[in-house]
Amino acid sequence: MNRKIAPSIVDAVNFNLQLKPYQYYALDNGIPVYCIDAGEQDVLQIEWVFYAGNWFEQQQGVAAATNFMLKNGTSSKNAYELNEAFDYYGSYCSRSCYNETATVSLHCLNRHAEKGVGIVAEMISDSVFPEKELEIFKQNSKQRLQVNQKKCEFVAGRKIDRLLYGEKHPYAAYSNEPEIDALDVALLKNFYEQYYLQGSCVIFVAGKLPLNIMGILNEYFGKMPLKKPDYLLKPLPADPSSEKKWRIKNDEHAVQGAIRMAASFPNRHHPDFKKAIVLNNIFGGYFGSRLMSNIREEKGYTYGIYSYLQNHIQESAWMISTEAGLEYCEPLIEEVYKEMKLLRDAPVSNEELKLVQNYMMGSLLGDLDGPFHIIAKWKNIILNGLGEDYFYSSVEAIKNSKPEELQELAQKYLQPENFYELIVY
Amino acid sequence: MIHFEKFTLPNGLRVIVHPDTSTPMAVLDVMYDVGARDEDPNKTGFAHLFEHLMFGGSIHIKDYDEPLQRAGGDNNAYTTNDLTNYYCQLPAENIETAFWLESDRMLSLAFNAKSLEVQRKVVCEEFKENYINKPYGDVWHKLRALAYQSHPYRWMTIGEKLQHIEEVTLPDVKAFFKKHYNPRNAVMVVAGNVKTEQIKILAEKWFGDIAPGPKYERNLPAEPMQEFPRFLEVKADVPLDAIYKCWHIEDRISDRYYRADLITEVLGGGGSSRLFQALVKEKKLFSNIDCYHLGSTDAGLLVIDGKLVKGVHIKDADDAINDELEKLKSNGITESELEKIKNRTESAMAFEDMSLANRAASLANYEMLGDANLINTELEKYRAVTAYDVLQECKQVFTNNNCSTLYYLSNN
Repeated sequence: MNRKIAPSIVDAVNFNLQLKPYQYYALDNGIPVYCIDAGEQDVLQIEWVFYAGNWFEQQQGVAAATNFMLKNGTSSKNAYELNEAFDYYGSYCSRSCYNETATVSLHCLNRHAEKGVGIVAEMISDSVFPEKELEIFKQNSKQRLQVNQKKCEFVAGRKIDRLLYGEKHPYAAYSNEPEIDALDVALLKNFYEQYYLQGSCVIFVAGKLPLNIMGILNEYFGKMPLKKPDYLLKPLPADPSSEKKWRIKNDEHAVQGAIRMAASFPNRHHPDFKKAIVLNNIFGGYFGSRLMSNIREEKGYTYGIYSYLQNHIQESAWMISTEAGLEYCEPLIEEVYKEMKLLRDAPVSNEELKLVQNYMMGSLLGDLDGPFHIIAKWKNIILNGLGEDYFYSSVEAIKNSKPEELQELAQKYLQPENFYELIVY
Repeated sequence: MIHFEKFTLPNGLRVIVHPDTSTPMAVLDVMYDVGARDEDPNKTGFAHLFEHLMFGGSIHIKDYDEPLQRAGGDNNAYTTNDLTNYYCQLPAENIETAFWLESDRMLSLAFNAKSLEVQRKVVCEEFKENYINKPYGDVWHKLRALAYQSHPYRWMTIGEKLQHIEEVTLPDVKAFFKKHYNPRNAVMVVAGNVKTEQIKILAEKWFGDIAPGPKYERNLPAEPMQEFPRFLEVKADVPLDAIYKCWHIEDRISDRYYRADLITEVLGGGGSSRLFQALVKEKKLFSNIDCYHLGSTDAGLLVIDGKLVKGVHIKDADDAINDELEKLKSNGITESELEKIKNRTESAMAFEDMSLANRAASLANYEMLGDANLINTELEKYRAVTAYDVLQECKQVFTNNNCSTLYYLSNN
């Protein structure tokens, strides 16, 4: 045995990846339900997606507060009793508010599914938004914000979105203390009535599904006055900053700066998107990327540096994100520009491209492991309106990428003049 | 029920195979029985820095990551106060690549000076990012040093100070490798779409000829029983006052561990837990409060920490925590509370086991603790705990003399 010689491998690009198809049901009121029945453990995940993100709010912070407060009181249960109703059975009910959507999700053992679904139904149909719970939420939100504002990375994360989209755009509309103070029960109730009680909803279910799960969902949700979403939103134009270069002092004791560099980028429907993902992997998308190899593994400027395309439905941005010692910040940015130039000036070698293709295919294969991962893929496809074949066309884009195409993309998008450049320290 | 088979190579390497044909992937996990607790007090942070160096090339293979990525794989590693774990996940067809890579770095590293120089800087940036450049970032340095006086849990995995990391030399690295990185001090788990017979052959082929090496005999200073309450007050440039309290609990394999674990669920598990309900919702003294334990192998710490609502006096907040603990010590928990915390534990375990990589790491961890089959039997240990056990445990743990308190005050 010669340890210098690698064992032979099957190239992952040759794999025939299959995304397990979903089962589709419609509740009596037309609400779509997408299901993945797979896995070995007797556990279940149900996610109710409402079109109730901050895209729809008239006043900043209302969508997030409404979503959070759903678990803080119904006409028959106070906040404690709601929590207890999930906790007792070892079930978890969480809420999340995004830009277009806001979700309620339930994770539970199969045998406790019906009890959990029943409580979620009560939250969706009968929330009462108690004044005293809202006051606690406002106070604790403000305190959390005060702590976060001391963190350079938090300040940088908000600022770069404001530069890209403008302060009024939903993708950059972050609440500060005045917006939190301005929240009141009436605002939340109005939002709740429009976007939850009579809102647009789609349900995603995954796990080793109990036989009667559709019956349970239909019983509790099939008669609610909810609508099937049309998945279409009126686009709101961005109002990007004209000033590209920013240095912001946030913390007099800072020993590191939080660096964000970003340029606007079209959404997933754009023909360049899928191959830009391949280029992004080479640039800064994984541990072996050019940015990581040069800036961490060669120079030791940072613990980690990544680039990615923002996960937005309407429009995206190509983002580079890292934290680095103060003395390294400016040289680090120069290195990022150098790496962009290298990608523009010369095609990647076939060897490097092959490596990245194999890596991406292997990651995709790993991402298909288990029902929760599979439903996440479908949810992304459905909420972005991408079409049933999107998974397979993405796989083809990885397999068929050519060095020249990637170089063209680099020439088109990885241009320093397109990028905002921000250091918060 | 998680099925596995176990065998030991003649050089002492323990191998566990957990076949799961529902996935196309395989995970290879190598856990070394060395963590920050095994460090020289003057060279803290070493075990973790060493973990970084494990990716700097081995004796026959210049680069670890690239061949793995080429095989469609991905990997990561972490160091705790107790152990160091390396895992890679890749398409099952290519599992031999993982054997090749992992066995070569167990055989010997390349001990590359450039890698040491760069990773020292990388780890210093990691130190700054997580423990200096964040509000409350140094809390655990202070709290560990307060609660532990002899046991090496008194420093954090990242190390006591940047200087220790900056001073590491290549001979230190070689000595550490020789002492800890060998088949006798490791457990390997292979999980996923694999067959036990195939793994036996691969394990023999790639790991069989590695010399057993010295068995590391751990001989750590025991932490003496704490005899007086300890207290520290710190002022820092943070927006909110915070309180941290901790109590010594038993080691990971003690029966009392399960009781302590359940107590943290009573006090801090979820929105219906006692501290959240009483102190955040009803008394409005805290904006958040948590209760947990450090999950360490040797005798650990049960911790309560919270940030105060502005304007609340820290002594009042401290008293309110103590009141809740007194209630627990006098009245214990209800049967319904007991059932709830057991249900929560069962559910948490089931969700954790969804991931192949988690199952592999759990098996390795349990084997380090003495028995991989704990993965299947631990739930019974939780189920066997009674309300009376919990009450007794509360009385033993929550005493003033067993408590360390840190007031972390805002100076503005």
